[in-house]
Amino acid sequence: MTENITLDKVKKGTSIKIIRIPQGDSRIQLLRMGIIEGDKIICLERLPGGTVVIQKNRQEIAVGHSLAKQIMILPE
Amino acid sequence: MRTDSTGIKSKSADASAMQLEIKPETPSNKSEKVVLAGNPNVGKSLVFNYLSGTYVDVSNFPGTTVSVSEGKYKNHTILDTPGVYGVSSFNEEETVTRDILLEADVILNVVNALHLERDLFLTLQLIDLGKPVSVILNFYDEVKKKKIKIDTDALSKLLGVKVFTTSAITKTGFENLDAAIAQAVVSDKIKTDPSKINLEAIQQHGRAIAQLVAEGDDNLARKYQLPYGTPDERELIYLDRRQKVNEIVNEVEYQDDMSGKFFNRLGRWTLNPLTGIPILGLVLVMLYYAIGDFAAQRLVGYTEGVLGKGIFEFYTKSFVGNFTPVEITVNTLDANEEVVKTNIYDFKESISVDPVQKDKFFGDAQGSNKDITFEFKNPVMKLLFGEFGIFSMTITYLIFLLLPLVVCFYFVMAFLEDSGYLPRLATMMDRSLSAIGLNGKAIIPILLGFGCVTMATITTRILGSSREKSIATAILQFVIPCSAQLAVIAALTAKAGPGAVLVYGGVIFAMMITISTILNRFLPGESTPLLIDLPPMRIPRLENILKKMVFRTWGFLKEAGVWFFIGALFVAVLDITGMLVFFQNLLQPVTTGWLKLPGEASTAFVMGVVRRDFGGAGLYDLALAPMQVAVALIVITLFVPCIASFMVMINERGWKEGLLIWFGAWIIAFLVGGLTAQIVI
Repeated sequence: MTENITLDKVKKGTSIKIIRIPQGDSRIQLLRMGIIEGDKIICLERLPGGTVVIQKNRQEIAVGHSLAKQIMILPE
Repeated sequence: MRTDSTGIKSKSADASAMQLEIKPETPSNKSEKVVLAGNPNVGKSLVFNYLSGTYVDVSNFPGTTVSVSEGKYKNHTILDTPGVYGVSSFNEEETVTRDILLEADVILNVVNALHLERDLFLTLQLIDLGKPVSVILNFYDEVKKKKIKIDTDALSKLLGVKVFTTSAITKTGFENLDAAIAQAVVSDKIKTDPSKINLEAIQQHGRAIAQLVAEGDDNLARKYQLPYGTPDERELIYLDRRQKVNEIVNEVEYQDDMSGKFFNRLGRWTLNPLTGIPILGLVLVMLYYAIGDFAAQRLVGYTEGVLGKGIFEFYTKSFVGNFTPVEITVNTLDANEEVVKTNIYDFKESISVDPVQKDKFFGDAQGSNKDITFEFKNPVMKLLFGEFGIFSMTITYLIFLLLPLVVCFYFVMAFLEDSGYLPRLATMMDRSLSAIGLNGKAIIPILLGFGCVTMATITTRILGSSREKSIATAILQFVIPCSAQLAVIAALTAKAGPGAVLVYGGVIFAMMITISTILNRFLPGESTPLLIDLPPMRIPRLENILKKMVFRTWGFLKEAGVWFFIGALFVAVLDITGMLVFFQNLLQPVTTGWLKLPGEASTAFVMGVVRRDFGGAGLYDLALAPMQVAVALIVITLFVPCIASFMVMINERGWKEGLLIWFGAWIIAFLVGGLTAQIVI
């Protein structure tokens, strides 16, 4: 069984499933942009320092390190 | 009431939506408020331009920096709104969009057909407001190119409103916009569970307000004194909506072909550290040439030197001199800007009563190698037209120096924004900026600060929290030299050599780290994480860039212009009352003893309060050793911001914070400058 890890630890290019997004304004913003728990996304880029770029379908979103480390994911 | 301005009834298969159109046909002269709404980067402005043609009125929404365009189409009023992902009161753009939507008779929802999954969230929210809506599916040609199929009839049926397609690039389908306005209907598919919505609120204030309040818009709830939804209730509505969007997209969109187009790849390259850092370097070099070299030096050299001082000020002052006593000094300069000849023309009564001397003066004033100063004897004339006069220096400064710079800066920023690079730049800078309590977005005000700190201070409004605004404002006011200063710094350090550059750069950089780290450590609250949509890279449209440039420049002048006048008035009064000399003398002992600089340097520091570049310019004429140059530049950079930016800072951040930064700048400038002097000189 694979263990849940946080989004900031994901390797570039891997497909992942979102398990938990923390409460707060960022959650609402992600919801509006189309990202919710259970979504399958791709980690497009992981910049030095932990800023992550994720992709869902044709949409690309940059997520700051402090938020990425609160988002639980499951590698697919 | 709905108006059918074309008189043509739709023959669309969308029967469900048609049932709702039971309202009587009203005569086509009925005027309605048509509001365009959509996510950022959906081509809303193209739709707006098509509808409103050439007549456009742009104004800032009352009390905000957000500009709203208003135009006419037939007898309708067309309003453009800022791009948002949802309507609530999370930020200025959203509240502005919300307030305009609440007034709307018809909503045209512009949707990027390539991003249905993202954009339909807003669509459903707009539909839930219970107003007549039509959906404009823009970039429809791109969809076909990417071999995606969207079943628009099915989409229309699922949404309960009409769907029209347009192609922004080839400009097709825009003729449908007329029908889109005419055939907008209230959807019969409004889904949000009515049990979550306060029924009394619907009766009292209408469905739109009741809906938004149920979704937890506390701002609106307070206004109408309604109980508002808890975050949990909002989440339920949002999750429900998100799920519905996903269902709709699954049903109407087929086949997804991720073709590796050049711009797609370019977008990736900008973020990959291996290629992204060289691209970032390239962009910065281009920025330097466009702004640092072209705008700040060549362009401003011409507009300020030739147009401002040479023509505008010279003719204004010599005209005013026809009515009042004036003493004019004409210095002739050689190629090295050294004074080789000085003539003084003393018009005891006025220029016009002494034609002999007048001719001599105008003959002498010819040529570009002249430095001419007018000394008005009357204090009121001095206040209005003197060295720091409201109608002389302030106009030259604002119109001939600042305006070209601000225009160039806004042009470049709009280019970066529309090309899709700006959010990628913010992503690249996110890590470095989060080390000092900011996120990647803060790169925007910081970049602008190198143009004009006043303009940048206003832009700190885009940051997510008060804490971030404080940190960014402090960095801007303390350590970022504006372009006026940069020119002086570049010229002086070029003479002083690499040692001075190293000392100056090192100290300023260390101060930036120190100040921001201390603030990050001790300011209460938390900074917001970066969360930013990366639109595809594309070649921006010149028309849109120019439009943004004009709006923003106008907004800046409207907001900050008055402070430049008030600042100038203040300094002119100090000058006339002799206070300026008093302050210079006050600073002199500190300057010679502690900073180890010539006493005259204190004049330069005090003048820096008026205009930051004056501070540096005063140092030109002093014979300074390289290390003295470094110390002097450290002091003028850290020293108090110019009056206009001080006023704007007070306006943005309040008296307490503004004064703290202002006095802090006095202390830090002399403390750090002095310590450096004790070590290096």
